[in-house]
Amino acid sequence: MDFLRPASWEEALAAKAEHPTAVPIAGGTDVMVEINFDRRRPEYLMDLNRVADLYDWEVGEESVRLGASVPYSRIMEHLRAELPGLALASHTVASPQIRNRGGVGGNLGTASPAGDAHPALLAAGAEVEAESVRGARRIPIDDFYTGVKRNALAPDELIRAVHIKKADGPQQYSKVGTRNAMVIAVCAFGLALHPGTRTVRTGIGSAAPTPVRARTAEEFLRAALDEGGFWDNGKIIPPSVARRFADLCAAACNPIDDVRGTADYRRHAVGVMARRTLAWTWESYRGPGRVTEGAA
Amino acid sequence: MRLDFTVNGRPRQADDVWEGESLLYVLRERLGLPGSKNACEQGECGSCTVRLDGVPVCSCLVAAGQAEGREVVTVEGLAHYAGQRSGGTGARGTSPDEAVGGAAEGAGPQAGEGTGPAPVQQAFIDAGAVQCGFCTPGLLIAADALLELNPDPTDADIREALSGNLCRCTGYEKIMDAVRLAAARRSEGV
Repeated sequence: MDFLRPASWEEALAAKAEHPTAVPIAGGTDVMVEINFDRRRPEYLMDLNRVADLYDWEVGEESVRLGASVPYSRIMEHLRAELPGLALASHTVASPQIRNRGGVGGNLGTASPAGDAHPALLAAGAEVEAESVRGARRIPIDDFYTGVKRNALAPDELIRAVHIKKADGPQQYSKVGTRNAMVIAVCAFGLALHPGTRTVRTGIGSAAPTPVRARTAEEFLRAALDEGGFWDNGKIIPPSVARRFADLCAAACNPIDDVRGTADYRRHAVGVMARRTLAWTWESYRGPGRVTEGAA
Repeated sequence: MRLDFTVNGRPRQADDVWEGESLLYVLRERLGLPGSKNACEQGECGSCTVRLDGVPVCSCLVAAGQAEGREVVTVEGLAHYAGQRSGGTGARGTSPDEAVGGAAEGAGPQAGEGTGPAPVQQAFIDAGAVQCGFCTPGLLIAADALLELNPDPTDADIREALSGNLCRCTGYEKIMDAVRLAAARRSEGV
C-alpha cells in the first residue's frame, strides 16, 4: 500500500488521475473500518486532510457550497439556519468524535443507503461538485446514487463540494435506531417544504438499494396543498391527506430484511416518520400566529 | 513509512509504519503508550479517543499518515495538557506509568514529582467512576474536552458529549457523577 499525501486540490486530482484505484480518505470513518477489519487493502490510500479548501464553506444567494470535508460538527454549529435538514441529520451521525472527523463528502463517496446525510440532501435539493483533471461537473443529487454503495463518479473523479439549496421553508429529519447515538439508521426520512415553489421534497434512507425520494408522495402533497389553498390559508393539513402522504412514502420504499430490521418494519416506520415530519414542518410553516382551527 | 508528530507535547518519531495502520496502533504498539484502548476498531466505543490538534477523535479511525506533523494528546498526557490549559505549573504526565496510573489506579502523590492527575481524572477517582477501567481513558479525554468548552454542562450536555463512549460495566451513573463533580469543583475554584 502507498500513502499519497497531496498538499493541494490540484495535486489530489493529479494523483487520482495517475492512480484511479486510489481510495480517498478524509474522516476515515468508513475507510479505516474496512482496513482495520481486513475487508479492504487499497493499493493507494490518498489522504485529503491536507487539502484545506475542502474544509471551507460559502453561503451564497441561493445555495451553500459545502466543502467535501467540512465535519458534521461544523455543519451543526454554523449552518443550522441555511441547512436545517442537514444540520438535524448531522446531529444523528454517530457520536461527537465521529462528527468531528466525518463529512458529507465521505457519505457521498461511500454512497451507502444508510448514510445519514442523503435524505436531507435529497429533500433540500443539491448538486455534487465532482472534478478530475479532465474538468469539473455538477451532478444533480437525484442522479448521484446509482446502486448499493455505488455513485455516479468516474474512477478519476473526486468530490470537491456539495451545493445545497438554502432552506426556503421548514425542514425536518427523522431517523429510527435502537438508541440515539452510535447507530446505523434502520431507516431515515427527510422532508423539506419549499414555499417559494409551493412544492415539497422528501428523502428516504436505508429503505431501498439507494437513498430515494418519494416522488409520487411529493406530487400528491403538492397537489393537495395547492387544491386546498393551504399555502395561503395556513390551515392544518387534514389527517386524510397526511395519511395518504405517509402511505405513498411507505410505498416508495423497496427495503430488505436485515439484522437492523425487517422490510415490513421499515415501510411502516417510513410512513410514521413521513406523517410526523409533515406535521412538524407544517406547524412551523403556519407559525405561532396562525389560527388553530383546521380544515379537517 | 516514517511518521513524525507531536505526542503529549513532545516530538515523536515512528519508523516502519504500515500505510494502512491506525494512529491508535502507532500510539500503543510503536510508541509504548497503551493508555488509549483498542476495543471495537470501528469508532463505536470511544475507548481510543485522543485529541488530534485539539479535537477529540477516535484514533482507530485516523490513518497513521494523517497524523503527520500534527499534535496528539493521549490520556498519558492529559494531566500536563490540563495543567497547561489552566496556565498553572502543570503536571507533566508523560511517562506511561505515571498517567495511566493516575487515571486507573487512583493516583495520589505517587503519580509523580509535583504532579497529580488532571482535575477530571481526580473526579473520576473520587466519584468511583472506574470499574474495569477499559473505557476510562476515552471517557477522560471526552469529559475533559467537554469541560474545556462548557464549564457548566447540563446532564443532557454530559450525556451528549459522552454518547460516543461505551462502558460495558454500565457504570454510567458514577461517570455522570464524576463529570458533575469536576465541573462543580472548577466553578468553586477548587
